[in-house]
Amino acid sequence: MGEIIQEESGKKGSKTKAKKQSTHIDMTPMVDLMCLLITFFMLTTAFSKPKVMVITMPEPPDKNDTAKSQIKIPEFRTINILISGDNKLYWYTGSLDSKTGPVTPVTKTNYSKDGLRKILLEKNKDVFTQIEELKDKVKKGVLVMADSTVNNKIKEIKKGDKKGPIILIKAGDGAKYRNIVDIVDEMAICNIGSYAIVDMSPKELEIIKTAP
Amino acid sequence: MPKIKMPVKTPHVDMTPMVDLFALLLTFFMLTTSFRPQEAAIIDTPNSVSDKQAPDKNIMTIFIDSIGHVYFNIDNGKDSSKHYRKDILLEMAENYNLKFSEKQVNKFATLSSFGLPIKDMSKWLNSDDPKEKERLQKNGIPTDSAEGRPSELWYWINVSRVKNVDSEVAIKGAASADYKIVKKVIDILQENKVNKFNLVTNLQKEEVSLNDIK
Repeated sequence: MGEIIQEESGKKGSKTKAKKQSTHIDMTPMVDLMCLLITFFMLTTAFSKPKVMVITMPEPPDKNDTAKSQIKIPEFRTINILISGDNKLYWYTGSLDSKTGPVTPVTKTNYSKDGLRKILLEKNKDVFTQIEELKDKVKKGVLVMADSTVNNKIKEIKKGDKKGPIILIKAGDGAKYRNIVDIVDEMAICNIGSYAIVDMSPKELEIIKTAP
Repeated sequence: MPKIKMPVKTPHVDMTPMVDLFALLLTFFMLTTSFRPQEAAIIDTPNSVSDKQAPDKNIMTIFIDSIGHVYFNIDNGKDSSKHYRKDILLEMAENYNLKFSEKQVNKFATLSSFGLPIKDMSKWLNSDDPKEKERLQKNGIPTDSAEGRPSELWYWINVSRVKNVDSEVAIKGAASADYKIVKKVIDILQENKVNKFNLVTNLQKEEVSLNDIK
């Protein structure tokens, strides 16, 4: 697209005027270059920074003081989630090692909305309702709070809870990384305050091996 | 009949507004860009509802791909005044009685993630052939302890934590990776007294409301 530069005839009158030059510059190469650069930057740029989920693992028990690390928790509060291969999922309350057996038996469930989430929401009703009401108030403008204050409030509610479930997440053979992340995610969705990823006991391994 | 001659128009378009727009876009992209780092393996991360942003400095990332190979990266962020990577490599060399030339150390500082036994590091740093580099990285960083000493991954984590006390740990695992391998990595981290990790995930919104429990 070469441009034809029109020259003005400088013959007006007898005076020799300085030649008037056209002010047009051929911008095509510049546009080409810019196009290239923009394409380059658009393709290499990473807009969305990766998101992370923070988990804290329980500190491995110190071999020297076994007595200290044993914290008694009421059995009816502990929910054990057993993750098995092939996306199978089981849960039970209480402890398999207690004399009376687990509070509720090992039951099969699944990763869907009506599976584990329903169970967890039911168990964690109080805390969940409190947190959702708080969030709702902030959203509607009834309560005016900074985000950090809201987060602290939520933390307080979770901490002050004395009846809600304590979840033990246990992964068995064949469990995929995705399964663990899904379950930990479920904890976040259901506003569960206390949960831990722990190892599976041999008894539990045996159970999920034979379970349907 | 006389032919009507159409006036010849110059095929000229005024490109100034277009150039203006391009200049703006270009400036925008140049200023906002942060280059996507080249990673040793393609990893498809699992989804979660967490919308917390990953820290962009003082972070060591452990990559676990779907077949269970482990890669490692140390990132200081944009602050180029800190040369942790160099220090870390030199310290690692000392631990394993290896020698790296200054050129190799400088090259290591500019690179990103890697996944290979330390004994192959020298070859990897010298090589410019992408195929050769890929071949060297085919097994990832060894996670098993050998000859009565902790695994290489343990040393990498340990040295990185000693050299940069502020560093945080991120685990970028493939969704389809076996949990066993992730567990192994977590155990190695816990041996190094790291109990808090950032798991890199994709954001996926999930709505639960009060109505769901009624």
